[in-house]
Amino acid sequence: MAEALEELHAETATERLQAGLWRQNPILVQALGMCPTLAVSNTAANALTMGLATAAVLLGSALVISTLRETIPRQVRLASFVLVIATFVTITDMLIEAIAIEMHRALGAFLPLIVANCLILGRIEALASRRSPRLAAMDALGMGAGFICCLLALGAVRELLGQGTLFGIMLLPERFEPWVVMLLPGGGFFALAALVLAFRWVQGHADVVERAR
Amino acid sequence: MIDAELWSLFVNAALVNNFVLAYFLGICPFLGVSSRIDSAARMGVAVTFVMLIASLCAFGLHRMLTLIDARYLELIAFIVVIASTVQLVEMFVRKVSPALFEALGLYLPLITTNCAILAVALFQTQRGYGLLECVVFALGAGVGFTLALVLMAGIREKLALGAVPDAARGVAITLLLAGILSLAFMGFAGVGVET
Repeated sequence: MAEALEELHAETATERLQAGLWRQNPILVQALGMCPTLAVSNTAANALTMGLATAAVLLGSALVISTLRETIPRQVRLASFVLVIATFVTITDMLIEAIAIEMHRALGAFLPLIVANCLILGRIEALASRRSPRLAAMDALGMGAGFICCLLALGAVRELLGQGTLFGIMLLPERFEPWVVMLLPGGGFFALAALVLAFRWVQGHADVVERAR
Repeated sequence: MIDAELWSLFVNAALVNNFVLAYFLGICPFLGVSSRIDSAARMGVAVTFVMLIASLCAFGLHRMLTLIDARYLELIAFIVVIASTVQLVEMFVRKVSPALFEALGLYLPLITTNCAILAVALFQTQRGYGLLECVVFALGAGVGFTLALVLMAGIREKLALGAVPDAARGVAITLLLAGILSLAFMGFAGVGVET
């Protein structure tokens, strides 16, 4: 999974922080954690909550696991990782239920499903289980931020085109005919495909400039 | 429970609310293992198999945890049980039918991180299905997953011969195709009852 994509030369903490945002962006480059990305990005608010929840779980479990990396036996490491992640997910799930019950209802089963998000297990297996807590935290922050940005961009585009609103505030003129397809599952696939295409295009240009130097 | 209701539950899980195309579950294997039809079909069978077993386990676990009033442990219990079930199934299949084990290969362990399996367990608990309904629901979800995977693999095999722009190769074109498939599957709306 993520091990193959792991570039080990990005060693320093700042580099790790930046890697998640662009060069190794979890969604756009590594195609990890696609399920929640598509499922809850129909409005910007949903997408932001989901992004924050996932990033919080990633940060918490990365810190705990990298602190315990010497104690966890290799044979049962995956089971131990999953246990730690599931604990943090349960905490986050209960927190959101306590703070914003409406949001909890809107996200439904997708909050507990953060456990099965391959982004989290991938990062922990690739980095947090081998490096110091400081580096693991920076990596988790970078990856989490990259994940939130993508999710928010997707959610904003889908909400704006699908309902003409952003965070529930009407932005487009009355005449605007909402693209209902953007709210449907199909629209999620289309929007993400467009985002990946745009990213590849910009990245392709950046590579050309890099090579010309 | 009437047969017609069970049938509509099955159709609903397999077609109307297809796990991959309507709920976006199991997208990772959907993107990863959909380049050839035979491997897609094998993956689908493996997932359906594990879904059935996980669904039965989750049903029992839910009953047990409700009994001792520890619902908050449900998620942790589900994921651990699914992970160990996959391991058990793998050992069992290797012992009983080496041929099937060869056929499933690497896909069995990979299934642990497939969110569609956990979703079957979570959905059936949330909706309060009985034992028979659970089995039918898991079967429907598995068939739907297999169908989506095989359809996509068929399209991608043809696509390998087409001229796709470099930037769109891989993830982007697959997502676009999935979007079109998802719109097509919306045509099934109304065939089963809404849940």
